[in-house]
Amino acid sequence: MASTSTTTEASDRTASALPGDLSDAVRDDASLRRFLHGLPGVDQVGVEQRSAGLATRSIKKAAKLWAIDTAISMVDLTTLEGADTPGKVRSLAAKARRPDSDYPDVPQVAALCVYPDLVEVAVDAVRGSGIGVASVATAFPAGRAHRDVKLSDTRFAVAAGATEIDMVIDRGAFLTGRYGQVFEEIQAVKQACGSAHLKVILETGELATYDNVRRASWLALLAGGDFIKTSTGKVSPAATLPVTQVMLQAVRDWHDRTGEYRGVKPAGGIRTTKDAIRHLVAVHEVAGADWLTPDLFRLGASSLLTDLLMQRRAQRNGHYSGPDYVTVD
Amino acid sequence: MPTFEYAPAPESRELANLRTSYQMFVDGKFVDGAGKPLKSVNPATEEVLAEVATASSDDVDLAVRAARRAYDRVWGRMPGAERGKYLFRIARLIQERSRELAVLESLDNGKPIKESRDTDVPTAAAHFFHHAGWADKLDYAGYGPEPRPLGVAAQVIPWNFPLLMLAWKIAPALACGNTVVLKPAETTPLTALVFADICRQAELPPGVVNILPGAGDVGAALVSHPDVDKVAFTGSTEVGKEITRTLAGTGRRLTLELGGKAANIVFDDAPLDQAVEGIVNGIFFNQGHVCCAGSRLLVQESVAEELLARLRTRIATLRVGDPLDKNTDVGAINSREQLNKIIELSDAGDAEGAQRWTSPCPLPERGLFFAPTVFSEVQQSMRIAKEEIFGPVLSVLTFRTPDEAITKANNTPYGLSAGVWTEKGSRILWAAQRLRAGVVWANTFNRFDPTAPFGGYRESGFGREGGRAGLEAYLDV
Repeated sequence: MASTSTTTEASDRTASALPGDLSDAVRDDASLRRFLHGLPGVDQVGVEQRSAGLATRSIKKAAKLWAIDTAISMVDLTTLEGADTPGKVRSLAAKARRPDSDYPDVPQVAALCVYPDLVEVAVDAVRGSGIGVASVATAFPAGRAHRDVKLSDTRFAVAAGATEIDMVIDRGAFLTGRYGQVFEEIQAVKQACGSAHLKVILETGELATYDNVRRASWLALLAGGDFIKTSTGKVSPAATLPVTQVMLQAVRDWHDRTGEYRGVKPAGGIRTTKDAIRHLVAVHEVAGADWLTPDLFRLGASSLLTDLLMQRRAQRNGHYSGPDYVTVD
Repeated sequence: MPTFEYAPAPESRELANLRTSYQMFVDGKFVDGAGKPLKSVNPATEEVLAEVATASSDDVDLAVRAARRAYDRVWGRMPGAERGKYLFRIARLIQERSRELAVLESLDNGKPIKESRDTDVPTAAAHFFHHAGWADKLDYAGYGPEPRPLGVAAQVIPWNFPLLMLAWKIAPALACGNTVVLKPAETTPLTALVFADICRQAELPPGVVNILPGAGDVGAALVSHPDVDKVAFTGSTEVGKEITRTLAGTGRRLTLELGGKAANIVFDDAPLDQAVEGIVNGIFFNQGHVCCAGSRLLVQESVAEELLARLRTRIATLRVGDPLDKNTDVGAINSREQLNKIIELSDAGDAEGAQRWTSPCPLPERGLFFAPTVFSEVQQSMRIAKEEIFGPVLSVLTFRTPDEAITKANNTPYGLSAGVWTEKGSRILWAAQRLRAGVVWANTFNRFDPTAPFGGYRESGFGREGGRAGLEAYLDV
């Protein structure tokens, strides 16, 4: 599957692995296009209105504590900067293991998310904790590289011990309508992942319309993505509630059609507890309670955890003590 | 896995400033009526909220005479710009007292606080703002130079949107220079009496607005009063017909806003998830107590199964319960009588062979509640497809072709509203031209704005409220 070809060959497709009538959808480029464009449209006004409604649920006291702990357990604690160092990763790993040293009952986060070259450091730092190591491979964040580069990036990260791969799709190919190419690339990366979980970053801010978000979601699911993820965090707008809602609808519909569970990960721009909780409400009401687990929902964030911990302390202590009581890693 | 329990977030009922008794409002004063006082009940608990004075036929006469005096001496001859100032003042006072009004409305009516707070009260204020702007511009409304007011307007409003319907009636009447005598519904008189207090606060001249609580007999005495120039009624078709008979041949003006059995048409290319939202909003908004509710869902057969599955999943997430809880999506049924009617018609649906599905949501132990219900395999001939249920009950029918959809949608004696769901712009226009309904919503439902005229065809009544067209009902044109 290391094919560098950008044309589509039906024989490349592992259509037989797809359940039910969905194997027809990926038979060739034309069927894929027909399928994706045959999905129900998304009405912008309607989806944004529903998100506004979801944001008004009242989550306080016990409900809030539960939501905060659930959100913490779903965090992919992330550092994706050019300036990242092993020291930075180690300090983040320490926080991932024990988010609040004064409160040992705070759950661990789900994973640590780093660039491929720091995977080894991260794996070492979280060893024995059960925390996953996610790596943004595939020429993150632009994805503008030869497929060989992307695949080797992926293999490198997996070999270094990454348990989760966050790949970016080729938005250029998607926007020009070369869905087959995007499909194959995701499939190829999935294969390169081996047993590691694949999260497919759609970079919804660049897809521009909710219709495109829905199509890209289905494309990623058809190609075998274990998670669909909104953004790299490098493009604005990143994760918004309506976009998360459309993606939650996609995994719910996928489950209705195939019986399989796939996950959603909003990433970028979720900085406050309030925002994280609104996303949990969306998970609860749009996809359903089954998705309220780190196996099926993640929050990609760098600064969110700090706010979650502050709010957790405020709930526990009855007063707000400020950011200096929480570590800044 | 623990379930996600939302925290109860009850709005404080103290905000309603509920009093144990309320008087009627005549000629600028709160007075006791000679009628037998009525008790207003909180439908969510069935507790008595307050005792309310009601009018006798002598009181009706007093109120109409007060309105006539105010019209002749003050309001009818006041320059429009001056009238506008009063209306702006009322609008601002509604905003200032919006929390009080919202909580009181939810207590008295049973509707969720999020609807009274986010829809009813703001839209009521918006109607006064809108019409305040018209008061000095009537010469340019397209009804000729210097259109004249009609005189005294008798207005009777229903219990489903007590404050909002009051605003729809009173704002245009006052803007055009008429004075009014308004009868709120028997089960929901409280916000109208707070509105009377707002009129006093706004120093509206005595007699311009009079509020007479009471039952149907007060309404009948009011609309048949010989010194009334115009009657405006919103309510049931049955009563509307009675009023029409009463007024026939008297030369008095009449507008009617009556029942409906609106079709909400979902074509196979619709944005399905948003259509589901629109269907939910169309029939479960205000517990379905909406004359323009989308109570007949017409779905193209090719997507019917998929849409229904999505719809049921969505409806199961609706939270039914305490109207004052901010998490509540569906509140209480307004009265025991109405609940019985809903039960009776739903049972008729079972008896006629439709498939009933009820939301598995928990219901409060006390109070008047009805779980969201969907009937599928409904046929045109069934009662639940023909009669207005006025509750959280949706009837689902299917169609094969666009023509069939229009034929079925129009096959009703009503014609108040309709909805069209499709991604095809040309189909929206095609359908809107053919649907015999006063309002056709495209890819949305139950949206209201003071600038948009609202009204019906056939048994849904005649006349328009809101917008430029709505002024005609209160002007001599």
